[in-house]
Amino acid sequence: MLTDARLVAAKDLRIELRSRVTVSQVVPFAGLVLVLFGFALDANRPTLDLATSGLFWVTVLFVAIMAVQRSTAVETTDGARRALLLAGVEPGAVFIGKAVAVAVQLLTVEVVLVGGIVVFYGASIEEPFLLASTCLVATIGIAATGTLLGALVAGVRARETVLPILMLPVLAPVLLGATRAFDDALGSVAVNGWSWLAMLTGFTAINIALGVLAYGVLLEET
Amino acid sequence: MTDLGYLLVGWGVSLGVIGLYSLSLVRRGRTLASRVPADRRRWMTTESDPK
Amino acid sequence: MTKLMTDDTIIDRQRGTGSRTTFWLGVVGLVGAIALVFLGFFVAPPDDFQKDAVRMIFIHVPMAILTYVAFSLTAIGSVAWLWKRSIWWDTVAHGAAEVGVMFSGLTLFTGSIWGRITWGTYWDWGDVRLVTTLILFLIMVGYLAVRSFDGDEAVNATRAAVIGLIGAANMPVVNRSVTWWSSRRTLHQKSSLVNGKIEGLTLFTLMFALVVFSIIMLWMLIHRFRISWLERQVSEGDLSEALTARRAEARAGMDRETEENK
Repeated sequence: MLTDARLVAAKDLRIELRSRVTVSQVVPFAGLVLVLFGFALDANRPTLDLATSGLFWVTVLFVAIMAVQRSTAVETTDGARRALLLAGVEPGAVFIGKAVAVAVQLLTVEVVLVGGIVVFYGASIEEPFLLASTCLVATIGIAATGTLLGALVAGVRARETVLPILMLPVLAPVLLGATRAFDDALGSVAVNGWSWLAMLTGFTAINIALGVLAYGVLLEET
Repeated sequence: MTDLGYLLVGWGVSLGVIGLYSLSLVRRGRTLASRVPADRRRWMTTESDPK
Repeated sequence: MTKLMTDDTIIDRQRGTGSRTTFWLGVVGLVGAIALVFLGFFVAPPDDFQKDAVRMIFIHVPMAILTYVAFSLTAIGSVAWLWKRSIWWDTVAHGAAEVGVMFSGLTLFTGSIWGRITWGTYWDWGDVRLVTTLILFLIMVGYLAVRSFDGDEAVNATRAAVIGLIGAANMPVVNRSVTWWSSRRTLHQKSSLVNGKIEGLTLFTLMFALVVFSIIMLWMLIHRFRISWLERQVSEGDLSEALTARRAEARAGMDRETEENK
């Protein structure tokens, strides 16, 4: 199962790498959103300081929607999903593989974004380890949930508009948790970031389990 | 009575929405029922129906 | 004469999705709602602190409780559909989601009006139950959106069931996260039912309201269930009609061919 997952992830990442969309479009988009938030709030530096972690994760959610949409589109064109199923790959493995591919893309973007908030927003990283683990756990959770919902809307005509409607409410707890953990890691608000990380871990575990269970049904039926 | 305006709006909208939804349910049911033969609407068979 | 009258009413109340049971449920619900307005506005006494604003409780609290009952039904139905392919449960899940979205919308609406009176603000981002209910409401709006996709109904049922499952499974996390997120700034009173601050006529009216709205919800769920059932009949009926027509055409074509061959 893990071999299959790795193969699927490698396939998705190879497609992304060859198309260069992540590098040439998604990363600039994320940077642009960050700069625009800066324009909107810069007149008030304290506000920007307080809002930095929230803005970071809102940007990540936007990017996640784009990434999931692309990851789903890869499978819907040319009946690629049928082919995957016929190849005898376990649906759970497909799910994990695709989620990993999305997570890797998101992490790439997040590295750039962390640089962005340090440069543009003047954020200082007080606890690098907390920051890194929050990014990792929250991103895996976002990728898993997004991949599951992406498979859910596959084959629907209005999927570009439906996906955000489904994704954003489900991901609201991640936004709350990751923002708080970042507040701690950036030293902007005194909260215990580690307990938030525990909450994020719970979210991620629940949604990975759901994905492994439900992805197969969706893959076969939609 | 204090805050009568808020109370009236709150109760009025709530009961209104519930009432309108109920009406819409009944109307949807009637429209659909007219398109389905009576023998397939199984909850309609009562003692009074000649078998 | 009396005989005729009863027959007429029976036929009348059976024109749509009604039956004898739902007719009486509806009557009880309607009378109960009228009685509730009377009890809530004129019999129940004003609160010492909240004055008459406390009368919002008779709508807000039953709505909130029934919202969670409805969404629990949706979650159970979703599991039953994914696991056993139970059309019955799938239909229940769909109906409960529709009723639940309406009730949660009303919970949020009455809650914010009540908040405006007692807290001085329509919305409080620091409040756990408010924000939790909002997130749940948004997820279930997504559930209904998925239900309305065109295409195969069974596929949409599966899609929706997965959303119902995601919603239910994530509820503890949502609740925890909002609790911690807002630990220091909540305005929501502790559940006043639990700590026994409500008593006498207010308590009676609240219980009465809960019963009345439960009956109304049951009435809605039964009707909603039958509507789904009729919809299925209609689409199946259309299909079989179309099939018969096609077959007749084919047969006519074959007849013509044999005729020509002669």
